[in-house]
Amino acid sequence: MISILKLSARNLMRYRRRTLLTAMLISFGVIALLIFVAGAGSFKNVMIGGITDSMLGHLQIHKKGYTSAIENLPLNQNLQAGATAKIETVLKEEPAIAAYSKRIKLGAMFSNFTENTSIRLNGIDPVTEDATVPALRGRISEGKKDGLLVEPGHILIPTLLARGMKVKVGDGIVLVATNATGSVNGKNFVVSGILDPVTGPGGRDGYIHEADARDLLRMEKPELMEIAIRLKNIDQLAEVNERLSAKLEQIKNKEDKPVTELHTWKDLSPFANIVKMIDMMTLFIRIMLVSIVLVSVLNVMLMAVYERIREIGTLAAIGTPPGKIMGMFMGEGLLLGLVGAAAGIVVSLGLVALLNASPISFAFGREVITLRPVLTGVEIGWVLLASVVVSALASLQPAWRAARMDPIVALRHV
Amino acid sequence: MSLIEAKAVTKNYRMGDVDIPALKSVDFSISEGAFAAFVGPSGSGKSTLLNLIGCLDHPTSGELRVHDTDVSKLSRAESAAFRGEHLGFIFQDFNLVPVLTAYENVEYPLLMVQGWPAEKRRERVTAMLEAVGMKEQMHKRPDQMSGGQKQRVAVARALVGSPKLVLADEPTANLDHDTAYLILNLMKKMRDELGTTFVFSTHDPKIMQEAEITFTLEDGKLAAQGAQS
Repeated sequence: MISILKLSARNLMRYRRRTLLTAMLISFGVIALLIFVAGAGSFKNVMIGGITDSMLGHLQIHKKGYTSAIENLPLNQNLQAGATAKIETVLKEEPAIAAYSKRIKLGAMFSNFTENTSIRLNGIDPVTEDATVPALRGRISEGKKDGLLVEPGHILIPTLLARGMKVKVGDGIVLVATNATGSVNGKNFVVSGILDPVTGPGGRDGYIHEADARDLLRMEKPELMEIAIRLKNIDQLAEVNERLSAKLEQIKNKEDKPVTELHTWKDLSPFANIVKMIDMMTLFIRIMLVSIVLVSVLNVMLMAVYERIREIGTLAAIGTPPGKIMGMFMGEGLLLGLVGAAAGIVVSLGLVALLNASPISFAFGREVITLRPVLTGVEIGWVLLASVVVSALASLQPAWRAARMDPIVALRHV
Repeated sequence: MSLIEAKAVTKNYRMGDVDIPALKSVDFSISEGAFAAFVGPSGSGKSTLLNLIGCLDHPTSGELRVHDTDVSKLSRAESAAFRGEHLGFIFQDFNLVPVLTAYENVEYPLLMVQGWPAEKRRERVTAMLEAVGMKEQMHKRPDQMSGGQKQRVAVARALVGSPKLVLADEPTANLDHDTAYLILNLMKKMRDELGTTFVFSTHDPKIMQEAEITFTLEDGKLAAQGAQS
C-alpha cells in the first residue's frame, strides 16, 4: 500500500504544474467552504445566542392557543396555578433543563407625564429570568447592571422607547394597563435601565417585576402567560422538546384536552428561517466543493491515464495485478484530493485566526454583529473526508480503465 | 525438456467483418535454457507469437504450453500472475518507468508483483544491477541514461524475479550496432549464469546470427527452423 502511494506521489510530481493547479483549485474550494461555514456559523451563533440567551430561552410553554394570539398579548389565555404546578413538576424531573422562568406578559400605556405610547411588558421573577436568559443583563446599555435584574417599582425599557419618549435612567414614568375584566389600573415606576434591542419578537419589550405585573393587572390568583426554558445544552433541543411534549400532553383540562403548547425558539423567531437559508447556502457551497473536487480530479486522472497508456501496458505485461494498477491511479487522485484539502484547511485555519485577531463587525438591523468564526473538528473532518472520498470516486473510472486496459493495445499505443 | 511447446497455433485478428490471419498453424518447441530467436520481416508474426507466449494474448486455436501450463486457457488475472511469476519482458523501447530510478525500476517486479521482503529485495536488486554493469548508475532515472544503459536496466528488471523465460521483442532495434551486441552478449551471459531461457524477435540478419536457434516466420507461417553453430 505504501509502495503504491509512493509511486502515486511520484507520478503526481511528474506533472508538477498541473498537479499544483489542480491542488490549488481544490484548496480554493475548501477555503471558500470553510470560511463561509465559519463566518455563517459565527453569525448564526451570535444571532441564536442573542435570541435565546437574552429573550426567548430555548423552549417556551404557553396555554394552548396563546401563541396564535401572542401579538395581542391576550389576558384570558393564562396558565392557571394548578396547571403551572403540574408543569413545574415535569420541568423539575427533566435533567436537561438548566433553568426556567415564569412570565406575565401584558401590554400597557407608557406615559412620561407629557406623552403616551404603548409598550409590551414582561413581568418576571428577576432571579429565575436571569438564570434562564443570562444575556438579558448584557443588553442593559444604561443603568444598573448588577444586583437584581429589576426590582419592584422599577422598569427596564427598550432604547427606542427611551429615545422616543426622552426618558433617562432614574426618571419616573406611569404604566396604565387594562386587565382581563376590562378595568384599568395605573402604577408609577422608576426607569432602572435601558435595553439594547435584539432581532425578533420580544426584542423590544420592557421588563418589570412579576409582583408589579400582578398588581397592575389586579391578578388575584398566581396566573402566568409563559414559561421560558433554558437547556444545559442547546444541541439537545430536539430530544428535550420531544420528551417534554410527550409529558406535557398528559396535563389535561376538564374536557380531557391538553392544556399546554410547547415551542422551540425556532417556532417563535423568524430568524429560524434565516438559519434555514444559511444552512441551504452552506449545502450549495458543499455541493460546489464536491463538484470542484470531482471535476478536477476526474479531468486530471483521465489525462494521466491517457498520457501513460504505454506505461500501463508495460506494468501489466511484467505482471502487475490489475488491482495494483487501479490502486496506483486511485492513489494519485486520492493524494491530490488530500493535499488540496489539507492545504485548504491550513489556509482556512490561518484566515480564521486572522479574522478572530481582527474581528469583522457589521450592522444587522439595529444590532451590531461581531463575527468570531470558529472551525470545528467535525467541519474540518467532513471537508477532509469529503475531499478524499470524492477524489477516490473521481479516480475510480480512470483507474478502472487503466486496470482493464489490454496490455497489447497499450504497448502498441503511440 | 521443452519449456515452450506450440501445436497448430493460429491467431486471427478481426478487422471489421474480416478475419486477418497473423499466425497460421504454427508448431514448434523451445527447450529450457535456449537462446532462441524468431526472425522474419515486419508483419511476419514474430511479435504476435511473442505476445502469445508471454500470455499477453490468446491463440485463436491450437495449443500453447509454457512451463507445462496451457497458457491459452488462462484468464486475465491468471495470465498476469503467470507473467509475474515465470516470465520476464524486454521491450524495444526499454519501457522503463520514467519516475523511478534504475534501482527502483529493477526493484519494481519484486516489490509490486512478487512481494519480496525489503532486505532480500535489496540484495537481489543490487546483485542484478552489478551483473548488468549498472550498479554505479543505480540512482539515475531513465532520462539520465543512454539507450544501452536503459536496456541493461530493462534486462536486469526482466531477470530480477528469476523467471523461467525472458521474452524480448526486438530488444536491439533502438540501439546502435555495438550496443546491440553488448546487450545480446549480456543476455547470453545471463542465460549462462542463471540458466534462464531467452526468446527474442529480430529482423536484423546480423543480430539473428547471435541466436543459437532461429525460427523463421513468413506470412504467419513457420518457414524454417535452424540451429547456429
